[in-house]
Parts: sequence; C-alpha cells; structure tokens
Amino acid sequence: MGTDKPKADLLPGTLDMLVLKMLMRGHLHGYAIAQLIQQLSDDLLRVEEGSLYPALQRLELNGWIEGEWGLSANNRRARFYKLTPDGRKHLAEESASYRQVTGAVARIMGFAS
Amino acid sequence: MRCSTIWKRFRLRLRYLARHSERQRLLWEEMDFHIQSMTEELVASGMPEPEARAAARRKFGNMTRNSEEARSVWIVRWMSDLAQDLRQAFRGMRRDAGFTTFVILIAGLGIGASATVFSVVNALLLRPLPFRDPERLVWIANVEWSMQVSQYLDLRERNKSFSDLAGSAGYGVGDIELTGTGEPERLTSAPVTQNFFTLLGVQPMIGRSFAVEECRGRSDTPPAALLSYGFWQRRFASDRGVVGRKLTLDNKPVMVVGVLPASFDFASVFAPGTPVDVFIPWPLTDETNGHGNTMQAIGRLRPGATAEGAQAEFTVLAKQLEIQHPERNPVKPRLTTLQRHVNGRVSPALIVLACAVGVVMLIVCANLSNLQLARLGTRQKEMAMRAALGAGRSRLLRQMLTESVALSCCGAALGLILAIAGTRAIAHLDAFNIPLLASVRLDGDALGFTLLAAALTGVLFGWLPALEVRSFAVGEMLKDGSRGSSAGHRSGLGHAWVRNGLVVSEVAFACTLLVAAGLLLRSFLRVLDVDPGFQPEGVATLRVDPSFQFSGLVQQNSYIDEVLRRTRSLPGMRAAGLTDVLPLEGDRSWQVSGKGQVYPKDRHPEAYIRVVSDGYFESVGIRLQAGRKFTERDRASSEPVAMVNETLARTLWPGQDAVGKVVTQDGGRRVVGVVGDVRHEALEKAGDSEMYLPMRQTLDYPAMNLVVRTVLPPDRLAPAVRAALRPIDSNLPVREFTTLQELVDKAVSPRRFLVLLLAGFAAFALILASLGIYAVISYSVSQRVQEIGIRMALGASATHLQSRILLRTFGLAALGLGLGMAASRALTSTLGSLLFGVTPGDPFTFIGIGALLIVVAALAGYFPARRASRIDPMVALRAS
Repeated sequence: MGTDKPKADLLPGTLDMLVLKMLMRGHLHGYAIAQLIQQLSDDLLRVEEGSLYPALQRLELNGWIEGEWGLSANNRRARFYKLTPDGRKHLAEESASYRQVTGAVARIMGFAS
Repeated sequence: MRCSTIWKRFRLRLRYLARHSERQRLLWEEMDFHIQSMTEELVASGMPEPEARAAARRKFGNMTRNSEEARSVWIVRWMSDLAQDLRQAFRGMRRDAGFTTFVILIAGLGIGASATVFSVVNALLLRPLPFRDPERLVWIANVEWSMQVSQYLDLRERNKSFSDLAGSAGYGVGDIELTGTGEPERLTSAPVTQNFFTLLGVQPMIGRSFAVEECRGRSDTPPAALLSYGFWQRRFASDRGVVGRKLTLDNKPVMVVGVLPASFDFASVFAPGTPVDVFIPWPLTDETNGHGNTMQAIGRLRPGATAEGAQAEFTVLAKQLEIQHPERNPVKPRLTTLQRHVNGRVSPALIVLACAVGVVMLIVCANLSNLQLARLGTRQKEMAMRAALGAGRSRLLRQMLTESVALSCCGAALGLILAIAGTRAIAHLDAFNIPLLASVRLDGDALGFTLLAAALTGVLFGWLPALEVRSFAVGEMLKDGSRGSSAGHRSGLGHAWVRNGLVVSEVAFACTLLVAAGLLLRSFLRVLDVDPGFQPEGVATLRVDPSFQFSGLVQQNSYIDEVLRRTRSLPGMRAAGLTDVLPLEGDRSWQVSGKGQVYPKDRHPEAYIRVVSDGYFESVGIRLQAGRKFTERDRASSEPVAMVNETLARTLWPGQDAVGKVVTQDGGRRVVGVVGDVRHEALEKAGDSEMYLPMRQTLDYPAMNLVVRTVLPPDRLAPAVRAALRPIDSNLPVREFTTLQELVDKAVSPRRFLVLLLAGFAAFALILASLGIYAVISYSVSQRVQEIGIRMALGASATHLQSRILLRTFGLAALGLGLGMAASRALTSTLGSLLFGVTPGDPFTFIGIGALLIVVAALAGYFPARRASRIDPMVALRAS
C-alpha cells in the first residue's frame, strides 16, 4: 500500500551520520541515541522515532553497527548498538564529505570568515 | 574488499529475511522500550502516568506503521508484495476453478507444443553436431553422389584447405552376414577410411580405432571391425569382453577392435533411418578404386580456411585431375558444411514448424488475454475496493501481472509434462527419415526456453488486462456497478475494441496456420497420389543372399531357380522375383550407351542399374511398355540381354524403338523390353534412366532381395518362406520381412511429420479462435441483457436480435479472415520447396479454409445469439 517517505529535514544521510557519531561514545540503545542527539544539539535537532528505527535497521544491515540485547539502567531489556570497524570507517568518510559540502554551502552563502 | 562487503551485506539480508517473524517481534520489543523510557521521563517531570503513556505513544506515532517502515528496510519490499500478490492469485484461482483449469490447459498445451518443437529445432538445427569442432567439418560430394578412390586420394594429397580428409563408402542395409555364435543375422556395415573417427574427433568407448595395416587388404575381407553402441548393447548385452574376440562376418573371421560411444550416431547424421551395426575398414587400393564411384568424403578445414575457399580450390583441382587422368570417372566436387549437409534438407520444414508454434502461442496469449479481460469485468468491484483501500495503480497492475504469470507458470508445468512425452515420442520415430531425430530430448536449453515462454506468455496475456485496470474510476465502480446499460456498458465499451481486436487477430493467425497446413496437407496427398511406377500394396521383401559364396554362374542359376520355385509354391503367393536394389533405395549408376554411339565424356548418359530376375516386374508392379520381360530362360547360358526404362530408351534412341537395339554393357546386350519409369529417389522426383540386367547373367550385384506379391500379411509370410528356403541354405539368416509400403512411408516420412504437427497446431488454433469468438460474443450478450430486454420490450423480434448478433460475429470473423488471407498469401510463397503439386495461392485451399472459418465462426456466434433471443424481457428488466 502507498507510503509517504519521512520528511527530510536534514541533508540526506545526516541522521545516519549522527547516529554513528553518537555510537562513538559507546554502546547505546535507540532511546539514548535520540536523547543524546537532542541534548548535544541544545534541543535544536529532534530525532523523529519514525525515522530513527528504520535508520538503525539500515545501518545494521550495512554492517556499520551491531545490535545486541542487554539491560538498561533501570534493568529493562533493551537493544544496544555498537559501532563496527566498517562503521568507523564509514563515519570518517561521511564526516569528511559532509564537511566539504557544508563548507561549500557556507562559502557560497558568505558565512565563512 | 568491495566484493567482500557486498557479500557480507547480502548474507546479513538473507539472515534477516530467514528469521523474519522473530525480527518483527524483537523490533516491537525494542520500540516498546523506547515508549517506556519516554513515559518514565514524562512521569519524572511530573505528568500523571496514563497521560504520560498516551503522550509518549502519540509522540512515537503509529507503531505498526513505524515497524513496517523499519521492516521495509530489511525485507526487500517487493518480495513481501510478491508473496501477497501470489497468495491473492492462488486464492483467486481456487475461487474460479473453471477459469483456472481452462487457462492452465490452454497455456499448458501451447507451452508444451512450443517446448517440443524447440527441442526438435534445437537438436536438428541449433545444437552443434556431436563431433570435435563440428563447424570446421565440410561434406565433399561428387555433385550429389560419391567419387572414385583415386580421385579422393589425389584431392586429399593436393588440397591446401583441409588439414585432412576422411571418407566412407556406400553401404546397404543388411550387407554382411554374422554367423557363428547365436542366431545368424544380417548386419548393416559402413566401410570407413582409417582416419575417419580421428578426423571427426570420435574416440572408441572401448578398444581402439583401425590401425593403418588393417586398411590395406581387400575390401571384402576386412580384418577388423568396430561395433556401434546400439549393436553392441543389443547383440552382446554390453559385454566389454567382446573387444579382441573374432566374429564371423560373411564366413570370414573379423577381429572386434573397439566399440564406439553411444554419442556417436553415424546413421542419424549420415544415413537417417538406417542404423549401422558395424564399421569396417575401407582400403584405399586399386581394388577399391575399381569399384567406381564409391566414396563420400569429409574434410576438416585448416585454421583460417573457409568452405567457400575450399570449394574454389577443389573446382580447380578437379579440372586438373580431369586433364591428367582422363581414364578416371570425372569428379565435380561440391562442398557444403557438414552441418548444412545434415540439416539442410529439413531446415525449411523446421523453420515452418517453429513459426507455426510461435503463431499458436500468440493465439494462446490473445485467447487468455480475452478471458482475463472478461473476468476482469466481473472483478471491477474488487479492484475498485482495493484501489479505495489504498492500493496504488502500479500495485494493482503488478497484481494483475503476477496473477497471469502465476497462471502461465502452472501452465508451463503441464506443458513440461507434455513436452517430455512429446520429445520421447519423437525421438522414437525410428521409421522417420530425418537426421538426428533420435537425439531429440528435453534438455537444459529446452527447460530454459520453457521458463522464458511461461514468463513471456504470462506478461503478454496479462498486459492488456493490467492496463485496463488503470481506466477504472474508483468512485463509480463502488456504486452498484450493475446499473445496467449505463455503468456496465461504459466499462464494457472501454475495452470492447481491445477484445474485438484480440478476436480478429486470433482469427487472422488461425487462418494463416490453417492455410499453411492446408497447402502442406494437399501437397502431402499429392505426393501420395503420385504414380511411383510400381504398386507397393501387398508387396513384401526379404534379403536372401546365400551364406556361401557362389562358385560361378551355374551354381548361382540353380540357387535362384530353387529360391523362386520354392517361394512361388507357397500358398497365397501371386508373384515372386529377385532384385539387388529396391525402389527408393540405393543409387548405383553406370555409364551406358547404345552400340555404335559416341558421347562426349562429360555428357555421357548414365543409368541406374538394377539386377533382377524374372517375376520381379510382376511382383513390384512395374508396367511393361514394349517387348518382353525377363524370363527364367534368360540365363548364364543364353544370349546376354537387358531391359531399359522409357527414359533411357528415349535418351539412347530418341524416336526409335529400343527393343532389339544393343547396349555396349558386358560386350553387348540386346534390349528385349522397355518398362515404365520408377521413382527411385523420392516420390516427388521423376525417375531417371534405368537399365535392368537379368540376375542369372551376372554376379555383380550388392544384394539379393526376394520380392513377393502376396495376399498374406507379412508376419505370417516370414515363417513360411523361412521354412521353404531352409533346405537350400540352412544358414540363411532371415530378418523380418519389410513391405514396400514401409519403404514408401519412410520416403514420405519427413513430409508426414511436418503435416501431422502442423495440422495439429492448426486444429488447436482453430479451436482457440472459435472459443475466442464465442467468449467475446457471449460476453457482450451478457453485458447487454438489459438493453436486449428493452429492445424486446419495445418490439424487436427474436430473429432480428439473433441476426444482429450473428452479423456482428461475421463482421469480426470476416475482418480476421481478410487479414489472415492477405498475410497467408504473402507468406505461403516462402513455403517454396515444401509444396508439391499445389501453387502457393491454391484457390481450393484458400476457399476451403475461408469456408471452414466462416462455418466455425457461425457456430461460435450462434449459441450466444440463441441465448440472447431467449431472454425474457420482463425478467431482464426486473433484475435491475
């Protein structure tokens, strides 16, 4: 049946990159990832849960992250994700290209000092 | 590295797919944890628990939707859709069992026929010959026949196109005789040169090929023999120990040096319909050179050489040889690739068959398309409902296509079973004079073809209905679609022209097939009607060569006398005689001339030689035109005589009476009689010059066939003749009788094969086309029940309605017929050599087929028309 694509309020691929970046800090479950992104961006970026879980599935499928079941801080079963070596490499590539793109945009817009 | 990551991802995906339901559950659990955490946070910030939970859920959105969203990443989306569509399709099939059965049956028949024809075409035309590098092999004939050994040797020596030449010499069925162990038996042997198997690239399965010194003796005392696989299996029960043993062939010991592999089927390539039992060496000596034109050669091209280049070289070489050796039989080399030599004769027929089966498949598709469309009419509401529930157009389209492909795949399963049966039956048509037929089987290629055919059929017949789905206006359909003449009619009109077009094309295709089949059938009947110059009915024949060598003509004369006397004394015999070659078999020809005539060397008359006894002409039914026939008084001791046929008489003594003239053969033979021509090469081909010699006056003949005209069935004949001849020669190996009718049947078998298959296809096409007409007309009647009701209520008579509907039927049929006739007229001229005695535009066939189609269309339209005329206006109007 027909489906709408999630709204792309970030550059495509940005969410994936952010999730990977968060996982540099260690094993995190989905909720923690969403929280962390929100906190670190001073509540500017809110991760929609509807996009987060497909993103996690996608990343896992590509072998960039690995999920395993563990216990959360309040002793509940949760799925924790960790970065794989492939994922680390991918993050490096992604951030490099992201920097290029944003740099270019910034130069055009005259933001650069 | 790139490759390995792709592989890793693929494996991951597979693992996800395999454990799909567990993943689903875990995903739910994971998301549930998320909601729980959000709720806890909200509670911590002071919200009451139930409200917090509701808020969290709201924020998380539609969980099913999210899980589906997430899932769609790892299950390849279309696969789940496909599974759904398939479930849907099979549910639909169960619901419409009648429709499903019909579709599967039609598709199955069509695909079965295609796969069978493909297997035949593949075996005969596409698959390379079973030799090493078969595309480098070239067939070298002397015009159409054989050449002399000395010419072969010089050509082999001098040419630069071929890395080597090999050859085989002519042979006849039952040429040699196996005695000693077990039942005596007549075998068919093929004499081949020493390098024959090496050149073809065939390795004996057991033992070895011929050694050089084994090919130096006399041709009638072969020191060694190779067995064919079939003979080895049949006679020696596949005993490997037979190699190295000695067999008694023609009373001489012959060493078995090897057994050829099953894949090497000499007969199917070089002599279709005549299985060869053993191979013996053909020495290239003065002795064999003296036999005259005996050899057919095969060459293996050097790298870079072409058959055309070789032809040019051989033409030049032959001219040089003719100047240097005027004493030899002239050679006019004609080179064709071996593949072409083998299948050239059958390829036009096969191409016709392949096209025919393609047309049948198109008709099948048109028919199924029409059925799907009709079914779609009743499923409009279902489709509209689906669309209303959110199925996109592309999704509906895909569903329709999935349905039709699923149906055609079921049909393909049935078709495969039919094709297996069909190919088996065809491979066992031993009596058919068609090369490589025995190698027809359903192989990987054919399986692939079937799959492709199934998919293509499905897409082709699902395409139109699927497009039709798009034209549905959702809103209108959901309202009561059976609002009689308005809604129902509207959609009916929407694809009326599509349905009509399909029927017209069905009729046109069927018409083309019927015309082709009709023309070929008429050709076939014409061939059967040909007067072959003899009367095959009630004639049976048997090899009766003695198991011993005649010491001379005296012994031979008394042997012949005895054989004929004893045979004629049996009850039920009307005539009996002997001959060396039977009509439609063998082709030994000599140069002949009348006494005192001188001809230029390259225009010397040639005649086929038949060595016969008295009683032969009566047995076979050859008519005497002038003079007398041979009698038993034409013996070794009497005056040398000969008989000629009309063509030879005309050639040698145009405008004169041949009887009493003398031919130069054997120092002069007086012509005592003239007989009618016999078609000895093919029924389609007029006979050439023939000369008959009395058997009692010569020892130069390759075989001794007893020919009897009898009222008894051949199987009752054999024991009686065997018993009658035993006292003369107790070792006489007696094969079963063959009838002359069998020889004629074999000669026309390729034509019969083609006509049978094509007529079958045409009949199938006719049935499909009539079903198509019936379906369309009856559908349009059922769509217009109310309209018809109104018309009748307003006073239209039943006859008027009936004739209107019939007129519509005729309109469709006539249009199809017109197109089909025009196409046929354009296409039948390509049948060319397949036609015999009829022109491509044979009016009888065209008119006949036209009438047939009109009658069939009338029948197909009559039943719906009658139904329409019986509609009760009150019931029809009340129903709405």
